[in-house]
Amino acid sequence: MLFTELLKMAGLSLVANKLRTLLTMLGIIIGVAAVIAMVSVGMGVKKNVVDSISRLGSNMLIIMPGSFSRGGPRGAAGSVTTLTYADAEVIKDKIKNIDYVSPTVQSSYQIVYGHENWNSSVIGVIPEYVAIQSLELSSGLFFSEHDVDVRNRVAVIGSTVATNLFASVNPVGKKIRIGNAPYTIIGVLASKGQSSGGQDQDDVVLIPLTTAQERLIGITYVRSINVQVSEADKMDEVQSNIEKLLRQRHRIRAGAEDDFNVRNLTSLMETMTSTTTMITLLLGSIAGISLIVGGIGIMNIMMVSVTERTREIGIRKAIGATYSSIMLQFLIESTMISIIGGLIGIIIGIGAAQAISKFGDFTTVISGLSIVASFGFSLFVGIFFGMLPARKAARLDPIDALRYE
Amino acid sequence: MSNVVTITGVKKLYKMGSEIVAALNGVDLKIDAGEFVALMGPSGSGKSTLMNILGCLDRPTVGSYKLLGQEVSGLSDDELARIRNKTIGFVFQNFNLLPKLTSLENVALPAVYAGLSNKERLSMAMDALKKVSLADRAEHLPSELSGGQRQRVAIARAIAMKPSIIMADEPTGNLDTKSTGEIMEIFRELHAAGSTIILVTHEPDIAQAADRQILVKDGQIVKDITKDSHEIIDIV
Repeated sequence: MLFTELLKMAGLSLVANKLRTLLTMLGIIIGVAAVIAMVSVGMGVKKNVVDSISRLGSNMLIIMPGSFSRGGPRGAAGSVTTLTYADAEVIKDKIKNIDYVSPTVQSSYQIVYGHENWNSSVIGVIPEYVAIQSLELSSGLFFSEHDVDVRNRVAVIGSTVATNLFASVNPVGKKIRIGNAPYTIIGVLASKGQSSGGQDQDDVVLIPLTTAQERLIGITYVRSINVQVSEADKMDEVQSNIEKLLRQRHRIRAGAEDDFNVRNLTSLMETMTSTTTMITLLLGSIAGISLIVGGIGIMNIMMVSVTERTREIGIRKAIGATYSSIMLQFLIESTMISIIGGLIGIIIGIGAAQAISKFGDFTTVISGLSIVASFGFSLFVGIFFGMLPARKAARLDPIDALRYE
Repeated sequence: MSNVVTITGVKKLYKMGSEIVAALNGVDLKIDAGEFVALMGPSGSGKSTLMNILGCLDRPTVGSYKLLGQEVSGLSDDELARIRNKTIGFVFQNFNLLPKLTSLENVALPAVYAGLSNKERLSMAMDALKKVSLADRAEHLPSELSGGQRQRVAIARAIAMKPSIIMADEPTGNLDTKSTGEIMEIFRELHAAGSTIILVTHEPDIAQAADRQILVKDGQIVKDITKDSHEIIDIV
């Protein structure tokens, strides 16, 4: 009963001083809006990073040859030639929770078709490469297991190679020359665009792994083996199983260094995610400071208001208002300011985030948590900074307050 | 008749630097139910302090104050606030109405702090306004009323909770002669209806309306006479 009356009184006094109420609210509005907008920018950065990493392939382990280290000087990473196609096959057979295993070799060659020529990287792969890299063909087919088994001279070319060598002609069925040997084009890849590192992912020629190793480059090892793990939480288990298996196969004695590296994109992802989370927190907390400043604004105005209304407080106390009813009346006022300010701030914050993503060409992600947290914080700020003025009002001596001019 | 107010040996002491000043220095006073008392005294005499203590706005430093038989000198602020709410009605020299509330809302305010329902409050407030003949000004703001009307609203507020004592502090100090007459007429009516009224004033004319006149000087009651004695108190 008394509480609803106090609510009404607080509301009336806020309405009576509209401009002052609005200006006081502004601090909270800006604070809440800034938190929501800033966090949405931070979350946008995070989403961008996560997306571009997962475009590299999700749940991916990359096995690279280690560095050569017999005796004094150590070689570069990949200088060891012990990683083979057979390793890849054994990994696929023996280790569980693996979807695809894709060994590759790679080298640069001059590609010739008629009078045209083009320098591109030739990658020796097996058909699972298509799945692991999420490739699509714009025309023709990808080569089969059989092509790999019999070392066929067939090729699938990227769209950059296709435009440079064939212009408008359909390349499927045409013969190109790589290292002076003829290869039949059986398919053209759909364009994938640039990688996050700025490389043209369409400037490639794919040929069967065995063909590349034995008939083109003349090597027995592979440059890398990509392994796609079926579930994200099996990554560590699969990684250690691979390491165990390879040490066994490569006959590495206990205590000796591995001659290979297993890299985990998940750990890269984790690093990037934690970095962007830090950025988000930083942006959010800077914006949060403006909320505190807004709270101090509330305190300031409420202090002035209490002084101005000393006489009113005296009258109320003389006719029977208790400490807590005066306290509550002023506390409700400051809380109302922060609640209404917070709600307006949420609307403006969401609007700002959408405006940034629309006109700034920048992904923003509005997080429900940031809305709830900033609103909760503004509520806390309203109550916390309203406490001191409310106490000041409630503690006034009625005799002094009535005498106040 | 039973005692409404019983004050014995009340002192109010203030510290002024290293000196202790007694605003009230040993006051004994009894007021019966239904009495109309005028409290007089020059400024600085201690009558305001006595008024504050009687009105439960302040506590005595020493002594006992029994209001309706209840000892109130040791109560907490909130307990005193509840007594002011239910037992005492205040009328001030400068009306002390809340400027943003209508007459009716002002009169209903004590009932808000008593926790009464909206319906009860408004009917009580309307009754009180009728007693001061201002029912037709119920929806007016104080700024839309004359001084006399404002004071009548303030009286309505004081009587709305049907208190045991009405305390009026110079209620006619800011009013012209005509309004003063009206206000005093209302006090006489309230008195006739059985209310206990304590009126603080320094005007002998106004004090004449009361049955009993008490003169306070230098923190003590120096004269306490009833109307029948035909004595006239000259406060100067």
